[in-house]
Amino acid sequence: MSVEVPKDKWPGSIRTVSLGATASEGGTRARSVIVGGETTMPYLSFEAPTPNKPAIAIEIKSHKPEDWSPVLAQAWGDVMSDAPAWAKRAEEVGADLIVLALTPDDTPESAVKCVKSVLAASSLPLIVWGPGQADKDNELLVPVAEATKGEKIVLGICEDKNYRTIVAAAMANGHIVQASTPMDVNLSKQLNILVSDMGMPKDRILTDPTTGALGYGIEYGYSVMERLRLAGLQGDATTQQPMIVTPGLEAWKTKEAKVGEGVPEAWGDWSKRAINWETLTAIALVESGADILVLRHPETLKNVKDAISELMIA
Amino acid sequence: MALTGIQIYKLLPQTNCKACGFPTCLAFAMKLAAKQVELSACPYVTEESEKQLAESAAPPIRLISLKSDGYEVKAGNEVCMFRHEKTFYNKPGIFLRLKASDPDIAAKAALADSYAVNYVGMDLHLDGIAIEADADLAAAVKAVRTTSKRPLILVGKDAGPLEAALSLLAGEQALIYAADSSNLTPMVNLAKKHKAALALKAATLEALADLTQQAQAEGLEDLVLDLGGTNMGDWLNRATQARRLALKSNFRPLGFPTIFLAGQNGSAREALSAAQAIVKYAGFIVLDTFSPDLIYPLLVLRENIYTDPQKPIQVQPGVYEINSPKPDSPVLVTTNFSITYFSVANEVEGSGLSAWLLVCDAEGMSVLTAWAAGKFDSERIAKSVKGSDLGNKVSKKRLVLPGHVAVLSGELEEELSDWEIRVGPREAVDLPAFMKQALN
Ligand code: B12
Ligand code: SF4
Repeated sequence: MSVEVPKDKWPGSIRTVSLGATASEGGTRARSVIVGGETTMPYLSFEAPTPNKPAIAIEIKSHKPEDWSPVLAQAWGDVMSDAPAWAKRAEEVGADLIVLALTPDDTPESAVKCVKSVLAASSLPLIVWGPGQADKDNELLVPVAEATKGEKIVLGICEDKNYRTIVAAAMANGHIVQASTPMDVNLSKQLNILVSDMGMPKDRILTDPTTGALGYGIEYGYSVMERLRLAGLQGDATTQQPMIVTPGLEAWKTKEAKVGEGVPEAWGDWSKRAINWETLTAIALVESGADILVLRHPETLKNVKDAISELMIA
Repeated sequence: MALTGIQIYKLLPQTNCKACGFPTCLAFAMKLAAKQVELSACPYVTEESEKQLAESAAPPIRLISLKSDGYEVKAGNEVCMFRHEKTFYNKPGIFLRLKASDPDIAAKAALADSYAVNYVGMDLHLDGIAIEADADLAAAVKAVRTTSKRPLILVGKDAGPLEAALSLLAGEQALIYAADSSNLTPMVNLAKKHKAALALKAATLEALADLTQQAQAEGLEDLVLDLGGTNMGDWLNRATQARRLALKSNFRPLGFPTIFLAGQNGSAREALSAAQAIVKYAGFIVLDTFSPDLIYPLLVLRENIYTDPQKPIQVQPGVYEINSPKPDSPVLVTTNFSITYFSVANEVEGSGLSAWLLVCDAEGMSVLTAWAAGKFDSERIAKSVKGSDLGNKVSKKRLVLPGHVAVLSGELEEELSDWEIRVGPREAVDLPAFMKQALN
């Protein structure tokens, strides 16, 4: 019996964004990482191939994170107190990108120094996050943007409270912004418009739709991502940016990942459970259209890369 | 796919005789399309039309339910490709596969059967056992039935041993996995005889559609599809195509739930491909490894994806007593979002410490979401306190706020001047330590 599968022919497509500048582009990265460009819902090869595979970033911190799960501390060991060494190790275990998260203890000087040392230690394109408080983010990210002019790093988090400052710094220095909104299609569109209205080229904006961990609201982010992707394919120009998500940060906040003792026996082995928590959070987001996944554990990185390479074959 | 009013109208006599109680056939057709009347109200509809209308009313993906003593696992009856369009209805049944040749099969089945994990107040379980016929299947079924009464999937190719096993399962609805083009007729007959559902397997969707047609022609309706495929990309594409054909093209030959064997591509892929199967349309999922550290997150993923997007899971606002609180126990404040409530309640309960947990009506939102949305502010909290009888129950009027909304403490002190307002830790995990150190 012949079977005629209905195919979606979308008028729109997702933009491509190229992260990191090579020497010929005025930076120092070994190569750029290109994400986006999709013309179908995720991995539907019977409609069209997926042009770029999603990139995996490993999140490292400028200062040793004292509150991270012991499972992570065990995986990374001493490099956790040495950001450049940590970045190098992340590159060795297969990361495509590095996320360097600054902390509230950083000063503009320490932040710039740390960013430069990470750029020197690893050849991967870099994403730099402020500590997540709008004022402090501005204070740190502006000098970082200036000190890395031409490297095409990503500056995050750029949200409604501070987008003007971050976008201006990114525009002046040839960088990219990570535009974050709390799990809402309309807020995401609005911020995207505000950022582009400042004159930011559209191939230098990433959308961060906000991630919830497995068991702690993943379904909200999952559906917002599907809705954003569908809208982009339907031709809505404000939802066509590649999406960056943070399953590592969210999954490792959960009790399931953080706590090994005094938990129900049905939770199973701590370290395996923690890695599965991050892995499953990430896989669900791969299926809903993530273009960049920021992870924390090297084992999760391997798992997610395996899944992506299988999804890219068909 | 449901027919439109106009399509239904074409199947009616079009005489406008009014016997149905409506002025015209078209008016009646519109009511039928809206499912507000029954077709039987028209005495003149032809048999042929009746058949077509009945077919169109059938769900595009047939509901299959596996049953055993007191248990039921349902798959099918889905209506959308993306959960935000409506919701996903029937959570995929998750089964553990054991081998008939395994001497410990009864004990392993017992372990899987009794596995239970609590997530936001619900006990989550595996749904049943799949038994592989690599040795005496009937003996294995008997052994499993000594420790588990949950529904079964019988995995085998030969009708003989399957028949022996099925005769032990009178009154149940099991699933036979699987028939292909080489053994279709004997397997269909077996399934019919024992009222079992039958999984069909073929290399392509075309061949699979042929098989379902043939099985139906031979009188079997309860079918399940193994879509084949050798990697996650392949499987995702096939699952999407089958679902789309059923929902968008009303293509009956593939309008059945699917079964996915997560261990088929090696144990390294089991977690990854099972997770994909949960989010992408599987009806039944068979695992080969019993590993609580994987089963727990898989069961939670299934709950999350199958939550109705229109209704966040909430708990009843009010005062909850944890570990028999006394008048000098503290009052903890939180919101009525299920995940939030249970994060806090489980933590305090597990620590053995006593508390009054005041759950405010924050329209089912988490602490920060509700705060950002103006549903969890000092006014609302004060109102909940005053509306409860806590004032009479406690001797020490101490109210502990979630650390994330520390900013509310000043205003709340004004609203509740006779209460001592304390700011707790940000995460519930740290509550027991806080209660021991800071509250005594
Ligand atoms: C899922 C989610 C949503 C879902 C809602 C889910 C729900 N039913 O609540 C949706 C998508 C609907 C949503 C909407 C919004 N959201 Co929202 N959302 C989230 C998200 C991703 C997770 C929240 C969650 O479920 N956490 C899990 C629960 C268990 O956490 P919790 O309630 O805080 O409980 C913990 C602690 O507080 C503590 N605790 C709880 N009770 C108590 C009590 C005591 C005594 C103590 C000591 C501790 C304690 O224990 C728990 C576990 O540790 C967060 C970001 C994030 N990743 O955290 C944003 C977030 C909360 N949202 C945010 C915002 C702004 C919004 C919106 C206003 C955006 C908008 N305008 O649309 C709306 C508001 C809703 C509306 N107007 O309808 C912001 C809040 C920012 C801020 N600080 O003000 C956040 C932080 C995202 C961000 N970074 O910007 N959101
Ligand atoms: S009873 Fe049947 S034929 Fe008569 S008006 Fe109603 S629908 Fe038409």
